[in-house]
Amino acid sequence: MRYDASAVYHSSHEWARKEGELLVIGISDYAQDSLGDIVFVELPAPGKYLKKDQPFGVVESVKAASDVYAPVSGFVEQVNDSLVDNPGLVNSDPFGEGWFIKIKPDNTAEYEALMTAQAYEAFVKGL
Amino acid sequence: MKNEPQTGRGAFPAFSGKEPGKELGKELWQESPEAGVWDYSVPGREGVALPDVDVPGCELPPGIPQRKELPLPEISELDAVRHFTRLSRLNYSIDTHFYPLGSCTMKYNPRISEKIAALPGFSLAHPLLPEFLCQGSLEIMELLQNFLAEISGFQAISLQPAAGAHGELCGVMMIRAYHQKNGDSRRLRMLIPDSAHGTNPASVAMCGFQAVQVPSDSRGNIDIQALKSLCDDTLAGLMLTNPNTLGLFEERLTEAVEAVHNAGGLVYGDGANLNALLGVFRPGDAGIDVMHFNLHKTFGTPHGGGGPGAGPVGAGRKLAPFLPGPRVLREGTVLRLAMPENSIGRVKAFYGNFSVLVKACTFIAMLGAKGLRAVSENAVLNANYLKKLIERGYSIPYNRTCMHEFVASGHLSDTIHALDVAKRLIDYGCHPPTIYFPLIVKEALMIEPTESESRKTLEAFADAMLAIAEEARHNPDIVKTAPHGTPVGRLDEVSAARNPVLKHSNEKAP
Repeated sequence: MRYDASAVYHSSHEWARKEGELLVIGISDYAQDSLGDIVFVELPAPGKYLKKDQPFGVVESVKAASDVYAPVSGFVEQVNDSLVDNPGLVNSDPFGEGWFIKIKPDNTAEYEALMTAQAYEAFVKGL
Repeated sequence: MKNEPQTGRGAFPAFSGKEPGKELGKELWQESPEAGVWDYSVPGREGVALPDVDVPGCELPPGIPQRKELPLPEISELDAVRHFTRLSRLNYSIDTHFYPLGSCTMKYNPRISEKIAALPGFSLAHPLLPEFLCQGSLEIMELLQNFLAEISGFQAISLQPAAGAHGELCGVMMIRAYHQKNGDSRRLRMLIPDSAHGTNPASVAMCGFQAVQVPSDSRGNIDIQALKSLCDDTLAGLMLTNPNTLGLFEERLTEAVEAVHNAGGLVYGDGANLNALLGVFRPGDAGIDVMHFNLHKTFGTPHGGGGPGAGPVGAGRKLAPFLPGPRVLREGTVLRLAMPENSIGRVKAFYGNFSVLVKACTFIAMLGAKGLRAVSENAVLNANYLKKLIERGYSIPYNRTCMHEFVASGHLSDTIHALDVAKRLIDYGCHPPTIYFPLIVKEALMIEPTESESRKTLEAFADAMLAIAEEARHNPDIVKTAPHGTPVGRLDEVSAARNPVLKHSNEKAP
């Protein structure tokens, strides 16, 4: 199981990483592993405003469909369209090419309250 | 045949000479034992010879292809009959084998119900007959309405909905209509436990409500504190399945219903698991306001598979005027059809799926009150007996006395998952249980034996399950690559979901 040290984590298994003024959002290696082979990803429209903990998309595997939640509040600036044709990127590279959206966050407090990789690893092991 | 036979398949493709393989790695069944319909096609062959046209012909409008230009297989009637008969013999069904598909209640469909439904007075009744010429059919519907009201404790029943999910949608539409009639248009939030059937949030979304998830507690009940904190004046209601999808009786039911009612909301009962409750517990008495019935799960009518279903909906005092219609009403000795006062309207052509209603009515009349109670007692006993046997090899995450079903974990090792257990069960001649549902149990195996099965069948199934747990330890490959003894091996579900081929044609798939 991988835990990208450059990202911070939400308890519903999304990660966020700073990229200039934006935050890149994806789901963790643990999340993709639990879901199994992902066959469909639904993403929000750019420009949509998300509140922290609001579902913003759907990942579907052969086992189940799950909501993906916003780890912080903000406007959706970009979405990873390549997931539409190639949802398997979430499985093969969850912290890289398998990113979901980029958000322009409202504030830094929500970001700073998320778990570090180390804390998230301990959280996952306790599940 | 255009192509020469390659593997002994040719003039007699159903008899390819291959045996079901039990050995690993050999992939003895590379192909289905029955060819595709195109393999029987011969250009110019027709199944039926029609007489020559003896009336003047006319030109088709431009752009409409003629039949002879359509890409259809050209086969004789006998070849078509044989092809589909052979395919049908590959079927697995409740009439051939044990079918412990959790949440689906795959119980025996008594033959007497089929006989009664086929009586000419029922099967030939025309839906446009005036009421005075179909009093017998209306009486069966009235009887079923009364039976279901008595069983569930509801004030009134509508037999209109065509399936369980349809009945559920009607129930949520009735809740919406009730709040709208009261001018409570800001009541838009519907609470749904995290163990609920996926149809619940779907029905809620269809009605323009917002689904709000309520967590479960450590005993598998609804988390009553979380529920109470979500009850306010924007609450439309709560959707509650009892027993829940873990197969557990909802121990906080009374408190939950009370909290929702106190906040001005209504409670929808998901009747999918009614098979555990007959003659023991009546949802209407517990204050539930509206509930659907799955006649195929509880009253032994055939499961759909594309055929007709029936999902009657029952309601208490507050929601009865909102039921879909028409319903059968008695005026002295005469039966007629009438719409409830504030009805959400007609939700199905004519009067529901009538033949299914006749079958359910037969099932109830044959068993009587004592027999129905015995149905639930045996369903619960069978599930608990099976749980005891299976927990020798599998963990049961919420392990307390269950109702009609239970959920085990198929996580046998880091490499063997619920899917592998399910596929290996097929080699043991058994339909797999429901897997990966409910979502709150990791690697869920949801097992429901129903009241129909004998102790011997239950023990044979448990033996198979325990043998697979043993194989997972000592011979994991045989589980990981199962099934081995079937016409086709492990199917590539991922490719099928990512690149679905939804069209049957003689062109090779890309």
